[in-house]
Amino acid sequence: MLVLCLIFAFLGLLLGYAYKKLKVQSDPLVEQINDLLPQTQCGQCNYIGCKPYAEAIANNEAEINQCPPNGEAGILALANLLGKEVKPLNPEFGEQKAPAVAFIIEQDCIGCVKCIPPCPVDAILGASKQMHTVIAAECTGCELCISPCPVDCIIMRPLEKSANHWQWTDHV
Amino acid sequence: MFDFLWRKKTASFTGGIILDGHKHVSKIITPPIAKELVYPLFLASNRYAKSCVKIGDYVKKGQVIATPDSPLSTPIHAASSGTITAIEKRLIAHPSGLAENCIILQTDGLETVLEAEPCLDYQQQNREFLREKIHLAGIVGLGGAAFPTAKKLNNSQPIHTLIINAAECEPYISCDESLAIRSAKNIIQGTLIIQHILQTARCIIAIEDSKPEAYAALLSAIKTTDIQIQKVPSIYPAGGEKQLIQAITGQKIPAQKLIFESGFICQNIATSFAIYQAIILGMPLTERVITVTGAGIKQAQNLQAKIGTPIKDLVQACQGYTNHAEQLIMGGPMMGIALASDDIAIIKTSNCLLIEPLKQADTQPCIRCGDCAEVCPSELLPQQLYWYSRSQEWDNCTDYQLADCIECGCCDVVCPSKIPLVQAFRIAKAEITQKHRQTEQAALAKERFENQQHRKLRIAQEKAQQLAKRKAAIEKMKAAAAQRKLN
Repeated sequence: MLVLCLIFAFLGLLLGYAYKKLKVQSDPLVEQINDLLPQTQCGQCNYIGCKPYAEAIANNEAEINQCPPNGEAGILALANLLGKEVKPLNPEFGEQKAPAVAFIIEQDCIGCVKCIPPCPVDAILGASKQMHTVIAAECTGCELCISPCPVDCIIMRPLEKSANHWQWTDHV
Repeated sequence: MFDFLWRKKTASFTGGIILDGHKHVSKIITPPIAKELVYPLFLASNRYAKSCVKIGDYVKKGQVIATPDSPLSTPIHAASSGTITAIEKRLIAHPSGLAENCIILQTDGLETVLEAEPCLDYQQQNREFLREKIHLAGIVGLGGAAFPTAKKLNNSQPIHTLIINAAECEPYISCDESLAIRSAKNIIQGTLIIQHILQTARCIIAIEDSKPEAYAALLSAIKTTDIQIQKVPSIYPAGGEKQLIQAITGQKIPAQKLIFESGFICQNIATSFAIYQAIILGMPLTERVITVTGAGIKQAQNLQAKIGTPIKDLVQACQGYTNHAEQLIMGGPMMGIALASDDIAIIKTSNCLLIEPLKQADTQPCIRCGDCAEVCPSELLPQQLYWYSRSQEWDNCTDYQLADCIECGCCDVVCPSKIPLVQAFRIAKAEITQKHRQTEQAALAKERFENQQHRKLRIAQEKAQQLAKRKAAIEKMKAAAAQRKLN
């Protein structure tokens, strides 16, 4: 009897400990949805980042077809996860474009730093009155830096074709 | 292009087929020096070299013209003396058919050689020194994978068996065989150096039983050493690492495991010869033996070619094309890649140039005969994988071990419906890699975005704290002033 009591007490403590230690901080569904989003943080869905959009989807406040960078494949993945119907991308929010990264035309840059705060992933390097540049490997292609530029020196460049990025396709 | 005889009878390794050899072993001819040598700075995927010469520089034979620019890169050496005339985009020997930056060397025909630093007492040298020398000589696996040899010999686990791969199982190719006949002694010297670096007790040379002359040459060269030589049946793909190990030791290497994890290491005999040249002669890797063959070439033969030589110059050295020349393949008929032009330079791993008439294959629907599964050396289910890759079910492809496909092409050969299976698998593999890359990129973006959010929050909090502090200080001062007034 005593032994049983001890075991139960121990298990109770263990459960209590596990509840404290392994407590799920955020909604797992939001995380799952967020993992299927492209993390461009572009805001084309009218939310300020991928995670807020994921939260909105989880709360049934937003449709699954509001993310242009994710494209049809992304909508399909979300539909599968949530058991919803597949819908075509809503053109209100934009259309899917070929992957591109921002590029600063350096001779035109005046060093105003206006493009630096909008960048969601800190991919623009620069200081006041110094020339800026984009770290291409970190750029998500969200285009948020384009409109703040007063001299229009930021352009979107499609990813360069090279043997390193090339892959086998149907028409070879 | 090749006659498929029938699937094999003996059980030396799983799967495989017997192919007609089409091998014309000839003496190795040295072609005239090409006017222009071309060196791409793109070595393999994610591996680049950086040019260390300028336009107008004079370089000697054996001089370094490009240094490694990524962790798994090797240096590039000039194969002849001359002047650097350009660093520009040229078509490269790659299935993409794209142009990449290349160093162009105009030869002067003098062959002025940079002074070599031979190391005859390699047994007295430590392994680190020898590995560094192999790395500086620009040696990569010459069997086709182009993996840097110095990295491969830097084993973290003990290696019990070194296998020198002389199987050369692909039809038409005979460069390793003719090299073994010509330079058996030097190959053995190179092998002893590898054995010294790895400190392995057992070393086996594996050669197909269809090469008696090369076998005899190697057998007489190993007399005073403890190296063994073993014949393997002439079944394609006996030269695959895992197949070769199974054929000579009977041990099966599990799927998704590297052979060194089981204590094996494989080196091609041409790599062994290159190591001999690098250590004993002090010469970097600037030349290799290449087979030029096929119905489209007037005189099929093996050439001692300078790496960087344009294909058209090698074709000229073989008396030019016949009127059957319709397609150009670099490598063998099973695993080679089609090239769009002969104005492309050969690279370190180019073992064969095959010039053949074009073959029209009319693909029929799959009849689910299962022949492909029977011949697959990796014991996969090609027809199942084919359905999954056609319907873009990438997760199912991964579950059916697509990653284990060695792209040997056996399934393509036996398929009665002439379905290009390997092509479908290459596309599927590329799609899966692309998906992985995108996931990684998204994870990086997510992390950076979250970091930025945290930073913004922290800055706001700090500002608020500072403001509160200042307010408190002002309050204090006001209170003190009020106190003073009272007094």
